[in-house]
Amino acid sequence: MRMARRLLAVVACGILNLSIAPYAGAQGVVGAPRPWEVGMQRSFSPIKDRIIDLHDLVLAIITVITLFVAALLMWVVYRYNSQRNPTPSRTSHNTILEISWTVIPVLILVVMAIPSFRLIYYQDRTPDPDMTIKVTGHQWYWEYSYPDHGNIDIESRYVGDDDLKPGQLRLLDVDNQLVIPVNKKIRILTTSSDVIHSFFIPSFGVQRYAIPGRTIETWLEANQIGTFYGECNQICGQNHSQMPISVRAVSEADFKTWVDQAKKAASMTPLPKIASK
Amino acid sequence: MDATTTAADHHEHGHHPTFVQRWLFSTNHKDIGTLYLIFAVVGGTVGGTLSEIMRAQLNFPNDHIVNSGQEWNTIITTHGLLMIFFSVMPALIGGFGNWFIPLMTGAPDMAFPRLNNISFWLLPPAFGLICTGLLMGESGSGWTLYPPLSNSTYEPGMGMDCTLFALHLAGLSSLLGSMNFIVTIFNMRAPGMTLHKMPLFIWSELVTAFLLLLAVPVLAGAITMLICDRNFGTSFFDPAGGGDPVLFQHLFWFFGHPEVYIMILPGFGIISHVISTFSRKPIFGYLGMVYAMVAIGVVGFVVWAHHMFISGIDVDTRAYFMAATLIIAVPTGIKVFSWIATMWGGSVELKTPMLWAIGFLFVFTVGGVTGVVCANAGIDEVIHNTYYVVAHFHYVLSLGAVFSIFAGFYYWIGKMSGHQYPEYWGKVHFWMTFVGVNLTFFPQHFLGLSGMPRRYPDYPAAFAGWNFVSSCGAYLSGAAFLVFLYVVYRTFTSKEHVADNYWGEGATTLEWTQTSPPAFHTYLELPRIS
Repeated sequence: MRMARRLLAVVACGILNLSIAPYAGAQGVVGAPRPWEVGMQRSFSPIKDRIIDLHDLVLAIITVITLFVAALLMWVVYRYNSQRNPTPSRTSHNTILEISWTVIPVLILVVMAIPSFRLIYYQDRTPDPDMTIKVTGHQWYWEYSYPDHGNIDIESRYVGDDDLKPGQLRLLDVDNQLVIPVNKKIRILTTSSDVIHSFFIPSFGVQRYAIPGRTIETWLEANQIGTFYGECNQICGQNHSQMPISVRAVSEADFKTWVDQAKKAASMTPLPKIASK
Repeated sequence: MDATTTAADHHEHGHHPTFVQRWLFSTNHKDIGTLYLIFAVVGGTVGGTLSEIMRAQLNFPNDHIVNSGQEWNTIITTHGLLMIFFSVMPALIGGFGNWFIPLMTGAPDMAFPRLNNISFWLLPPAFGLICTGLLMGESGSGWTLYPPLSNSTYEPGMGMDCTLFALHLAGLSSLLGSMNFIVTIFNMRAPGMTLHKMPLFIWSELVTAFLLLLAVPVLAGAITMLICDRNFGTSFFDPAGGGDPVLFQHLFWFFGHPEVYIMILPGFGIISHVISTFSRKPIFGYLGMVYAMVAIGVVGFVVWAHHMFISGIDVDTRAYFMAATLIIAVPTGIKVFSWIATMWGGSVELKTPMLWAIGFLFVFTVGGVTGVVCANAGIDEVIHNTYYVVAHFHYVLSLGAVFSIFAGFYYWIGKMSGHQYPEYWGKVHFWMTFVGVNLTFFPQHFLGLSGMPRRYPDYPAAFAGWNFVSSCGAYLSGAAFLVFLYVVYRTFTSKEHVADNYWGEGATTLEWTQTSPPAFHTYLELPRIS
């Protein structure tokens, strides 16, 4: 049966995931979602490190609160069941209790808010970027320009099911990757030529809408050499699920080589590029 | 709250309206409430069918149950709008509100009966229009309707205009209804029922009505501008003409955020009565409960941009909206703890409505605390628009609000119909739904944390596992809904008649002084509240 086979594939994926260390490869690390993952994607940037730290704190707090409420519910259902407690009390006020369940949540929120404020100011923008990349969303591909490197311009499209090579990830791999140097602060400027898209790379902890008529600034930094995947994350029409993002972080020397090659390739293009639509 | 007079109005007025007079030209709050409830079941059935289609498509990667991305986008748009405007709101506000605002305040009817009639009858044409948008496959913008995707360049068909006009009609219906509610609640309470003696359900409907009155006109303005952009050459939201897509987001969420409280507040009211009744105890901290709802309503208006943390708004603005959003956890916490304190020391009877209420407390707590995670603008950077958000808002709405609707249904169906529901099947319905919805939505937290974007008809293989689990849960929830329809069938074919106050001493509000079902006209003599 087709269904049973596919189900088997899903389960097999999970077992495979447990048996192989999926991160390190010849091309460096891989930042991608993993089968049966229950937490955030692994961090490969200083921003995501801090996001995970804060999320761990918040998750611990909310788990305790949820378990506390669940335990209270189970206790009242058990202890104050009509069989066990046939005559109800008439209590309907308790000032100390009411004040404490107002004040204690406020204190918990303050504990959470302090690191949270610190994080948003840290991830907002970087004061001294090493380079800038302009990201333009199109229906349905991404365009990456390098204004600091002779205006190299790359169009990045997803790999269709028929062209998928072994080892490539369906709906994540692209034809031309966004190439960046590792351990450099990179200013990202997002915009769009048509509808709103969202430039989203989970393992870097970065996301910004790409909105026509606006340029939005943010930044990212890869702390390891490798390949990192993201997806368009704002509904943008028919092929919304078919414009993934793939970033290759390389050493500084490799990046220079790549820039030179890309410039050469651009100069050999016989005609100015006509925007494909 | 005790009624000093038990006004049982058995004597019908002499006239017997014909079917058309009674149901089409209805000015009776009970009949209009019934129409709203039937309408909500129809809307929920269509919206629920769409969600089953969606989960079937997402069951495995590379599925082809839905043929194209555009078709998919139209389905998700319509699912969202149907569930909000044509299922949850008609049930909680139009349905239970119309039925029980007069009955619980001791008013003979709503203040403006004919206005009430038009509020309802604006909805069926709106429903028709939105289904037109769905069937034409041309409203694929998501329920948030963000331009430029929703403008005439990218969504040129008339289907999109149908959807927008449907929202105008539904909004108008809500506006008229909310005016009616406010006037009724302020002016038609029984003598002696001061604001601070008013049942919590009435308070919840009052706050809801104010939210509607202030939020819906903003949506109407935004949609009107969008319709003008689409059809009359304006460029409010088109950057090429000096407009701004982000302006639409501000206007939409200025409506959209209060809207989520509009959906949950009446549920709060229902849950309070159910818990108090089945614990045989008065509600704990009545005043705190009232002002927590008022606070949620007020603060709910100043948090809208937390839906726009990654729209490029300034970092200081993000800091403010994050702080304001976190504050909402406080009144919400007060409510949850007060409900538990109401049960504490009580004599808890686990009848079906109480099961739904306790289930509500659990799922609403889960949805509430994940809301705190989403509120952190820094964390939102990686969960915005992912399945984490989908899980969060389904926990508070698809589970929270819907659980409160079912709690209200089982609590009041005997009063409304005169027949009691079958207890066994009610419990089957609850447990199937509870397991089903948790199985559907809990794994979506994992998908979201792992980075799966929402509104995707197809996804990378890594997301297959939890999507499979989620789809299984959706099928179970769908089966549970069929059990609900069976419960309705059994209830209405039952020969058994229930007493005026079939829940006994725990049920203390005025509607229990009336017969089940109540007479066509109630409170011909006003009750007095001591």
